[in-house]
Amino acid sequence: MKVLLGIGGGDDSRRALEQTVSRAAEAGDDLTVAVVDDPGAERPVDDIEAEIDEVLAAAGVDAEVRHVDGDAGSELVRIAESEGFDRVALGGGTTSPMGKIQLGATAQFVLLNSHVTVSLVR
Amino acid sequence: MNRDRNYPSTVAGPFEAAPFAFDDREGREIELRPYNGGDDEFESLVSMYVAFDPADRAQGIPPGDEGRIRTWLDGLLEKESYNVVAWHGDTVAGHATLVPDDDTYELAIFVLQAYQESGIGTRLMRGLLGYGAENGVDRVWLSVERWNKAEIGLYEKLGFEISNSESFEMEMSARIATEE
Repeated sequence: MKVLLGIGGGDDSRRALEQTVSRAAEAGDDLTVAVVDDPGAERPVDDIEAEIDEVLAAAGVDAEVRHVDGDAGSELVRIAESEGFDRVALGGGTTSPMGKIQLGATAQFVLLNSHVTVSLVR
Repeated sequence: MNRDRNYPSTVAGPFEAAPFAFDDREGREIELRPYNGGDDEFESLVSMYVAFDPADRAQGIPPGDEGRIRTWLDGLLEKESYNVVAWHGDTVAGHATLVPDDDTYELAIFVLQAYQESGIGTRLMRGLLGYGAENGVDRVWLSVERWNKAEIGLYEKLGFEISNSESFEMEMSARIATEE
């Protein structure tokens, strides 16, 4: 399966990365990792990229890593639809101090707009 | 959760702080008490959440199985949260909590299905807000599903205003004391 994984700077992206890469290793997915603009990111992009390389190497998965400029949600949907992806995977939200699940703006946009199947990783 | 959130300029309340007792609309005697941290009270709370109707879950809480319920409750009780429990004898009828979020508090309230629509929710909210204000809580926010008109109406009646309606769930906030 051809999978587009959107990665930002949040903890939910970290979980999405680990789970999607390990699934790709098992299922032989053709994986592309898109590092999106994340204004709320608390880590520099270099850190995020280094982590992606590390997780891919550890799992023995070969994936294209690319940068996506502009609005994260609409760019992920555009790429997924125009390049024949079977699935978009992305972080499934953060939790409030109370423990309530909260979907970020990117996840909401992708979920409501994508004609390609979406996986929100928990 | 460091986002800037708007708070109403008017201070809500004052609210009568728990502990206090009252008869609900079904004639049941309900006692509101701050949570005491004891094992017995913890187990009674767990029992309420185990019995909680999954259809009334919101944004993943309360969790669906006992193990997750215990982890979730432990986590929020450890965070120096303020908790008020509504007791009907030895049974927990409801629980409301204020969980610290930087210098504000996130509020949530849960009333067991058999005790809903009997006036307990409003009393529990008032008892918690009063108890929180007594302990120096001045700003409170919560999230609620936008279709849940009954709950939104209750929060508005208590002085909450909509602070963000751009997400799936709606955020409301209240100021319950003047800032020092």
